[in-house]
Amino acid sequence: MTSQQPTGDMTGLPPENTWRRKDLLNTDTLTHQEVELVLETAEAMREVRGRPMNKVATLRGTTVVTLFYEQSTRTRASFEMAGKALGADVINISASGSSVEKGESLIDTVRTLESIGADLVVMRHPEAGAPYLAARHTSASIINGGDGQHAHPTQALLDLFTMRSHIGDVTGKRVVIVGDIRHSRVARSNAWLLMAQGAEVVLCGPRTLLPRTTPGAHEGSGCEMTTDLDAALKGADVVMALRMQKERQQAGLIPSLREYARGYQLNDERVARAKAGALVMHPGPMNAGVEVTTSVANSAVSVIEEQVTNGVAVRMALLYLMSAGGRR
Amino acid sequence: MSGRMVIKGGRVIDPANGTDAVLDVLVAEGVVHEIAPDLSSENAEVVDAAGCIVAPGFVDLHTHLREPGFEHKGTIATETAAALRGGFTTVCAMPNTEPPPDSGPVVAALLEQIERDAHVRVYPIGCVSAGRRGKELAAIQELTDAGCVALSDDGNPVGDGQLMRHGLELASAAGLPISEHSDDPALNGGGSINEGRISERLGLHGQPAAAEVSAVARNVALAEATGAHLHIAHISTERAVAIIADAKQRGVPVTCEVTPSHLFLTEDAVFGPGPEPAYDTNARINPPLRTEDDRRALVAGLESGVIDAIATDHAPHALEDKLCEFEHAAPGISCLETALPTVMELVHRGELSMARAVEALTSAPARCFGLDVKTPGTGSISMGASRDVVVFDPAATVTIEPAAFVSKGKNTPLAGMELRGRPVAVVLDGRLMKEATVTG
Repeated sequence: MTSQQPTGDMTGLPPENTWRRKDLLNTDTLTHQEVELVLETAEAMREVRGRPMNKVATLRGTTVVTLFYEQSTRTRASFEMAGKALGADVINISASGSSVEKGESLIDTVRTLESIGADLVVMRHPEAGAPYLAARHTSASIINGGDGQHAHPTQALLDLFTMRSHIGDVTGKRVVIVGDIRHSRVARSNAWLLMAQGAEVVLCGPRTLLPRTTPGAHEGSGCEMTTDLDAALKGADVVMALRMQKERQQAGLIPSLREYARGYQLNDERVARAKAGALVMHPGPMNAGVEVTTSVANSAVSVIEEQVTNGVAVRMALLYLMSAGGRR
Repeated sequence: MSGRMVIKGGRVIDPANGTDAVLDVLVAEGVVHEIAPDLSSENAEVVDAAGCIVAPGFVDLHTHLREPGFEHKGTIATETAAALRGGFTTVCAMPNTEPPPDSGPVVAALLEQIERDAHVRVYPIGCVSAGRRGKELAAIQELTDAGCVALSDDGNPVGDGQLMRHGLELASAAGLPISEHSDDPALNGGGSINEGRISERLGLHGQPAAAEVSAVARNVALAEATGAHLHIAHISTERAVAIIADAKQRGVPVTCEVTPSHLFLTEDAVFGPGPEPAYDTNARINPPLRTEDDRRALVAGLESGVIDAIATDHAPHALEDKLCEFEHAAPGISCLETALPTVMELVHRGELSMARAVEALTSAPARCFGLDVKTPGTGSISMGASRDVVVFDPAATVTIEPAAFVSKGKNTPLAGMELRGRPVAVVLDGRLMKEATVTG
């Protein structure tokens, strides 16, 4: 295949690529149509991934750069796999061992990547808002792969994709996110996206790890926040546990991981309080035995590994939609 | 030099002398000679002030000139030129320079540089602690004798309460106020923005209002205990206004200031006007821009006199200090050239009276640091004494264009805004400063 016939070997793609954004920075301003477009395209990509020959050449000639200022295993590998599965050239750059260590500014780095020929830059950065800065200073498309405590839009999209394939439309469904909400870009992006989809979002965790104000994207919007997990779980369709970092104990936010687990660990008994068959999710990396028991993580209702698999399909969809090859 | 000059037909607002009337002002031999209706302009240069306000030259208690040490951000020459253009004839230079003025010789060297380069009157503010490190006190009497008008560790709040107490006692004995950036560093957690709705939306680390409120309360308690004059720098929260109101009512010797930025803007400026967040680093300032409730309380506190003075906290930065990730960006706003239109906009909106606006820019700050004693006539239009006058058109429309700033700091969140209020003439030391005239 060549890039002139980019979709010839894929079936089920939306008839028209209506994606118009240069960048994907967060989920908070995505329209319903944009979300549907991504999820529908991801469906087609999942089909490609299921084939024995699970690669196509749709994005041949497109260069994707992963620019990571923070450690990452799954997000980076997932994007790399997604790019390669579409035939794109993928270049991986880490802040350590690059010109960033020599003091190069973010703006100069992304301009350099653009000059080298990057069409899409997937960026992870410890500072909230850094991808917005990058996006303003390059004509390359920026995909936010996680910025500080702010946003992780591709994680939220793959989580929604996974929920949909099990429980269908999430409108009116109760989604409980439990853990260190305050410091979690995953929780924020999920909350924004799920609220816009009409889901009933409940954020749950110790008082010191909940946001001080509800992360409503718009005036008046918001979601339930509670410290009582057992009550929150009643009637839940989805339970998502977040990674609990040891550093929170050192910073004096929680007395101990043991005390955290006592109130907030997803165990069999707690999961039983949710609706029968409620999904258990985790964005990873997981501390089995802290925020979730191994038994729950490996149970029939756990879709944790499926989230990772779906991540590749959703990221393929985004690369496809956002690349020049996709846009034509 | 020393020609005669008549400022004709303007509304003279001189709060210190209780004047608010259309009058002419005759300046001769370097000082205001006469204030009366219809003065003769024979043998005198005429400044047409019809439709304008004639006020004492503005006084700024909180200016960062950046020199020595940070000349890429600003110099005494460039930033005092910006002051002049903004209508400020007296500025107090904050001590966060390198070296910081924590001893007499450093101040002496600074004064030499000021003498050589400054375009307006500059008074140095010395450090409270050696090196602004908050460990040991600076040479307070030496700093006083060298000419400092106040003491401050500027952006480093004096964390140690005992050190602050002793500093207040010694400063009081020397006759100087301590201007304190009141903030609890542990509580503010290094946040870059107000903690609240916007910090949550943007995923930025927030500074809670409580970090300022608790530090203001501590410092007021120490002022009360020592009887020393405490000046609270750039207050930003509703609760801090209430604490100061209470302190003043009980006779605690406390004064305070607020910046035009905190009077005019809120945390929303960081988000920006669009649907997508701007993460506007030019709206990063310390203390951070707060909520609309806070802003209203600050304006009300200024109007009622609980807040004494408007101070710019003029903080010029180089482009690269702001063209970066939000939490890496240097805090501060280049404010000298936008202070007047910002404040006048509040007057036009009916939030602030013209009389208080002028007072808070002139006689009130002069009194806070005793500048009217150091240089008689400062902050007023007093016959035979005052040497500095500003004439401004309160209704003239200005579009804020940072590229046109005289200041090296082009960092303002007001870029592109249309505001009203513009200095048209500045008299400094009895001379008309033509270069001060702002066009466009």
